[in-house]
Amino acid sequence: MKKLINNPDEVVRDSLLGVAAAHPDLVKVHFDPNYIVRADAPVRGKVGVVSGGGSGHEPMHGGYVGMGMLDAACPGAVFTSPTPDQIFEATKAVDGGAGVLHIVKNYTGDVLNFEMAADLAGMEDIKVEAVVINDDVAVEDSLYTAGRRGVGTTVLAEKIVGAAAEEKRPLAELTELCRKVNANGRSMGMALTSCVVPSAGKPTFELPEDEMEIGIGIHGEPGRRRVKIQSAREITEKLAEPVIKDLPFKKGDRVLVLVNGMGGTPLIELYIVYHELAKILDNHGIQVARNLVGNYITSLEMAGCSITLLKMDDELIRLWDAPVRTPALRWGV
Amino acid sequence: MAITSENFIKWLENYAALLNENKAYLTDLDSEIGDADHGINMDRGFQAVLKKLPDAADGDIGAILKTTAMALISSVGGASGPLYGTLFLEMAKSADGKAELTLEEWAASLAVGVEGVARRGKAGAGNKTMLDALFPAVEALKQASSEKRHLKEALQASCNAAEEGMKATIPMVAKKGRASYLGERSAGHQDPGATSSFLMLKAAAESLA
Repeated sequence: MKKLINNPDEVVRDSLLGVAAAHPDLVKVHFDPNYIVRADAPVRGKVGVVSGGGSGHEPMHGGYVGMGMLDAACPGAVFTSPTPDQIFEATKAVDGGAGVLHIVKNYTGDVLNFEMAADLAGMEDIKVEAVVINDDVAVEDSLYTAGRRGVGTTVLAEKIVGAAAEEKRPLAELTELCRKVNANGRSMGMALTSCVVPSAGKPTFELPEDEMEIGIGIHGEPGRRRVKIQSAREITEKLAEPVIKDLPFKKGDRVLVLVNGMGGTPLIELYIVYHELAKILDNHGIQVARNLVGNYITSLEMAGCSITLLKMDDELIRLWDAPVRTPALRWGV
Repeated sequence: MAITSENFIKWLENYAALLNENKAYLTDLDSEIGDADHGINMDRGFQAVLKKLPDAADGDIGAILKTTAMALISSVGGASGPLYGTLFLEMAKSADGKAELTLEEWAASLAVGVEGVARRGKAGAGNKTMLDALFPAVEALKQASSEKRHLKEALQASCNAAEEGMKATIPMVAKKGRASYLGERSAGHQDPGATSSFLMLKAAAESLA
């Protein structure tokens, strides 16, 4: 497959150099170990909010570093969790004396590496709390799986918690708020194609021309089931109904809707999905309070989409609307 | 017959070479039920280990294993980094200050390392993970040691046990890690972590005696 890269083994480094060159007013990029930190870190008296994960999901998480959102993001190798030293150094770099919150997606690697980093931070007397995001309804949360994956709600949590952190709210409150967002968000995704990890050089899985994967994650890993491709209307129903049923979202609820592209699907199609989703929500009597349509948590060039619904209240809406200035999200400034 | 520091260095160099040779194979296994990066990550990790080994070459076995652990933790990432890192870190603690290990000590060391992996990963036998190759290897070593067998024989027995364990993962339904998201679809595929663990024991059979 054709990619716009130089050396496949240098993709992450080359890209981080581009981020540093493009956004010097917003972020600083540190190499060896790699992390992206807001240009004015550490902000004294403010809780540092740190996240991270494999590269290949851009703009998540590096694109969300800046005022009103993340203080630091740790990019691992493509689809690979970052290592404890990256997370530890990033944690130290954003420690403004009020503690640090780690927002961790529920993948075994992410959880283990963030845990080890939190141990290291603890040894240096930095107070760290961690909240694990596990909003994906495609996986059964049971004793028999690694648990539900952290997907779209991660982005929404980073924005909402980031806004609250900007108000200098204490670590315990931010931890509670993050848990609340996680508890009220649900997501599900699907793929029309796989994707190619640069160092692997070939697609992670083969998807025939007339089939799609329902219930995918964000790493090009195969999903729960493979079915014949259907219309946008039918696909949106297949994603929306399990999400709505899972919380459940009820008549009269106000929601934040994220219609997210996996990277390879054009905006023209995402808006078709949004239209279908808006009709479904209307049928259920669920009110759309806010929305986001575009590529926010991707899987390289995978074609497909995911939807996330987050149940909102006045406070969450206010925090969502609060100013943010990062490479990927910018409003109110 | 004892296992010396030189043996340990040879083992790690051998394992690094095996991982490099099998990079595409491990990645292919990981494409079936994961995200296609296990071979790439383990190769990168052990290349980093090779770079750091000369610094530890004069030290005791504990120092060699600890250097390996730290290199892995800071370069592999994913779940494999912390899990293999913990394996080597726990082995390092039990081999601290030792210039040589007897078969009995090696069996005990590997056992303690594998217990660390189980603890950190919160996993057990039959979950379709690296433990399904490591647990049998530890049992085989303990057995060989209690039967007072020759070192080479014992190492080969643990390699064979790991290989059987690795193959036994094929029909298993994954209960841990990324493969568990696939549910029943994970059955019929060999676990990549069990495979890289088998390669580790294979390298040990070739180099630790």
